[in-house]
Amino acid sequence: MCATCGCTPSGVATLVRTHDHSHENGHTHENGQVHDHVHPHDVLDATDLRTIALERAVLAKNDALAGANRRWLDDRGIVALNLVSSPGSGKTSLLERTIRDLRAHVPLVVIEGDQATENDAARIRAAGARALQVNTGTGCHLEADIIRRALDALEPVDDSVVMIENVGNLVCPALFDLGEYSKVALLSVTEGDDKPAKYPYLFAAADLFIITKIDLLPYVDFDIAACIAHARAVRPGLEVIALSARTGENLAAWYRWIHEARAVSV
Amino acid sequence: MHELSIARNIVAIVCERAGNVAVKRVTLEVGELAGVAVDAITFCFPIVSDGTACAGAALDVRTITARARCRTCAAEFRQAHFAAACSCGSHDIERLSGHELNVKEMQLEAA
Repeated sequence: MCATCGCTPSGVATLVRTHDHSHENGHTHENGQVHDHVHPHDVLDATDLRTIALERAVLAKNDALAGANRRWLDDRGIVALNLVSSPGSGKTSLLERTIRDLRAHVPLVVIEGDQATENDAARIRAAGARALQVNTGTGCHLEADIIRRALDALEPVDDSVVMIENVGNLVCPALFDLGEYSKVALLSVTEGDDKPAKYPYLFAAADLFIITKIDLLPYVDFDIAACIAHARAVRPGLEVIALSARTGENLAAWYRWIHEARAVSV
Repeated sequence: MHELSIARNIVAIVCERAGNVAVKRVTLEVGELAGVAVDAITFCFPIVSDGTACAGAALDVRTITARARCRTCAAEFRQAHFAAACSCGSHDIERLSGHELNVKEMQLEAA
C-alpha cells in the first residue's frame, strides 16, 4: 500500500486525503486534489518493504576463518598463542627471552602485529626465530584472514609453536578469534593493578594471564593479589603467572605452560 | 575502533543477501556486554555503506539485556556490568544473554 495516499498495488485507493506526490506510472495529481479514483499501478513506498531475516553473527566470517585456521593448526600439532596486551607491557621482550631459552628444543615462529614499522620482527629475528611483520595501518587488531596469510608465508613446521603478537591494545583484539590455541593476556606492573576490571573483555577471553616486569615491583604501587582478584572476577579460575623477562624470575612456569599446551595438542 | 571492522562486516552480510536491491533498513542486535560501542557502529555504518546496496539505509539497533545464572546459588539476575557478581557473592556465573552481536534482519524495496 502506498503510505502517502493509500492506493494499493491492486489499484484501489483505500485512503482518501489530499496529497501532492507523483506515481511511477507517470500520472500525477494536482496539489490538494482528493484521491478517490481507481488506478492500476504498483506503488512502492515505506510500507511495501520486504523484510528478510538474516540472523547472522556479525563476526561469523572471521569466526569461520578462525575455525579453519584452528583445524589447520591442530592437524599439524602446532600451538598458536595470541598474545594480547596494551603497548609496552613487554610482549616482545618476553618473546625474545623465550626464543633464546627455548630455541634449542622448540621450533618457534612469530607473527608480529603492529600498526607500523618492522622493529619487532627485527628484534625477534635477532633473537633467533623466523618472524613475519604484519602492519595493520590504521587497524587496531589482527583478524583471522591476516593470520591465514601469515601462516602461508611462514610455513611453520609440524609440532611447532606460533606466537602471535597482537597489536598493542587492551580492547579490540578481545573480540576477534584468530584460530589460536589460547589467548594470553599480559599486563606489566607499571600499568596499574585494576586494569582487568577496567578492560574486562580481554581478560575474560584469556586462558592465561601473565603479569610482567615483576622486577619493578619495589618501585611501583602494584598489588598482585588485587590484580589477580580483578582478573578472576571476570574470568573465574584464570591461570596467572607473574614473571620477569629481564631477571628470568618465574620464566620456568611460562615454559612449563607452553610445554603442557604442546603436549595437549600433539 | 574495532567498530569500523564490525560495521564493514554488517554491510558485507547485508549486501551478500541483498544483491543489487536497495536496502532501506538494517536491524542489529547488540547485547549490553557485547564489547562494542553502538555509537561508533552507527557512526561508521553510513561511511562504509557508501557505494553499496546499503547506502542510505537506516540502522536500527536493538539492545539485549545481559542476564546470567549463578552456578553457586542458581539465581538468575541482570548483569549490569561485565564483572558483576551474583548477590550471593559468586563470580562463577553462566552468561545467558547480553553478548549478542547479530544482524537480525533487513528491509528491502519490494521487487
